[in-house]
Amino acid sequence: MTEKPPFIKSREIKVVHEIPLGRIQRFWEELKKGKVLATKCQRCGVLYFPPASDCSKCLASNMDWVELSGEAIIKTFTYVSVRPETFQQTTPYMLAVGELKEGVRVLAWLVGVNPSNVKVGMKVKLVAKITPEGNPIYEFVPLE
Amino acid sequence: MKKVAIIGVGSSRFGVRNDVNMAELVFEAFKPSVEDAGISPKDIEFLAFGSAGAGVWCEEFLPAVVAAEYCGLTGAGIVRCEAACASGSASFLAAYWAVASGQVDVAAAIGFEKMRQISTSAAMEWIGRAGYYLWEFHNFGATFPAYYALYARAYMDMYGATEEDLALVAVKNHKYGSMNPLAHLQRRITVEEVLASPVVAAPLKLLDCCPISDGAVSIIIASEDKLKELKVDTPVWVAGVGYASETASIGKRPEYLGFKSSVTAAQKAYKMAKITPEQLDLAEVHDCFTIAEIMAYEDLGFCKKGEGYKLLRDGQMEIGGKIPVNVDGGLKAKGHPIGATGCSMIYELTKQLREEASNEGRQVPMRNYLALAHNMGGTGHYCYVTVLRR
Repeated sequence: MTEKPPFIKSREIKVVHEIPLGRIQRFWEELKKGKVLATKCQRCGVLYFPPASDCSKCLASNMDWVELSGEAIIKTFTYVSVRPETFQQTTPYMLAVGELKEGVRVLAWLVGVNPSNVKVGMKVKLVAKITPEGNPIYEFVPLE
Repeated sequence: MKKVAIIGVGSSRFGVRNDVNMAELVFEAFKPSVEDAGISPKDIEFLAFGSAGAGVWCEEFLPAVVAAEYCGLTGAGIVRCEAACASGSASFLAAYWAVASGQVDVAAAIGFEKMRQISTSAAMEWIGRAGYYLWEFHNFGATFPAYYALYARAYMDMYGATEEDLALVAVKNHKYGSMNPLAHLQRRITVEEVLASPVVAAPLKLLDCCPISDGAVSIIIASEDKLKELKVDTPVWVAGVGYASETASIGKRPEYLGFKSSVTAAQKAYKMAKITPEQLDLAEVHDCFTIAEIMAYEDLGFCKKGEGYKLLRDGQMEIGGKIPVNVDGGLKAKGHPIGATGCSMIYELTKQLREEASNEGRQVPMRNYLALAHNMGGTGHYCYVTVLRR
């Protein structure tokens, strides 16, 4: 290795964004109670996951909350060995896209199964969970 | 719309460029482009500057104004264009429109990125956030290789391609990269080396991924009237442009076998250029990961869906084959300074169409003098296709 040429360090800044969740607060509240919700446009009937407070198809803003069955099949998946900076303390994880019975697709972690046993088309369930840090999230688990 | 031609091109060396600061890196590309065009900086009325992440992985938050000052372009109209890894193509399109509209006679598109001033894990973090941070990164840490791995898994499952097939893309592009003095990675590799490299996001391994690079490329374009005044002897014409996009959420897409944005952008560009893919002499396609190049063959109409990897097995994507692709090494070996890549493709195609490739072994024999650049931003989020003709 050649020696690194001279440089100066920029001033350090810590960046944290406060992301408003008010319009879809119910999603996170119900998630804490074990339910995964989507929104459905009252006017045109399109189902949204992630939940949206406005309809991008007909531009209406009257939405109903709908509980998802959680029944899904794996469309595709990967095992993430090389993690980004803020996931350095996390063990490698499996990411999957599952297609729910209701037709929406969800990207989430797939847990509780050995990566070598996962197959496209496999049946899984989307479930709500509280992380060790106390945050509600959703993830896929294999169907017994 | 007026006819528009490329009259000057310049590219910096790609790689880890901690020998220069951002303005010096841009200058390295800009100076040869104006010399090539036979103009001076004051002739440039409009500059479109492509950068996806300046301010994040390099210190300058307004890279266009710093670069413009350093290159003697202050006073011209300037704008920064962001389209993730297609920012360079977005800047080329903005400059094209400025000239095609008749508003200006000479414009510059500069693609730039300096990504190696922060750690690799921090760079991966920012690139991973290029999608939908709130729903896909915040809780799940989706990385850029992971997104393409999702496509690779679905594609392999549907069409029977193997990890060896993906590796053939890397082997081909490293072969051409080894002949390109501007390339970040100038060494040949084997299928065995690709397969033995560490897993990044299964099934993608380190050698399926492009490197994180620094680099800049400058393209000077002009109107037909200006061309006559400057007596340009080998203009390369912009024959067609096309563009399209896909959902921010990967989860919202119906399938993971290709990119609808590529298909749409290509169809638009072919229609405008009044050509079919069979007429192309060569192409530069977006190979940020090996799977991306294979899907691009199909989305661009070089073959039927699900057959892209078979073309590779037959050596059809090399010089002498059906259509040579990424003979500069591609993103995979020339490197991927993400905002520079779109302009880098235009740079290479311009050199090829003028029959001025940097190495004889990389010069594609011309039949129709037609070439295509395909540049994607994010995971197909943005797509730009450009057809050039000499």
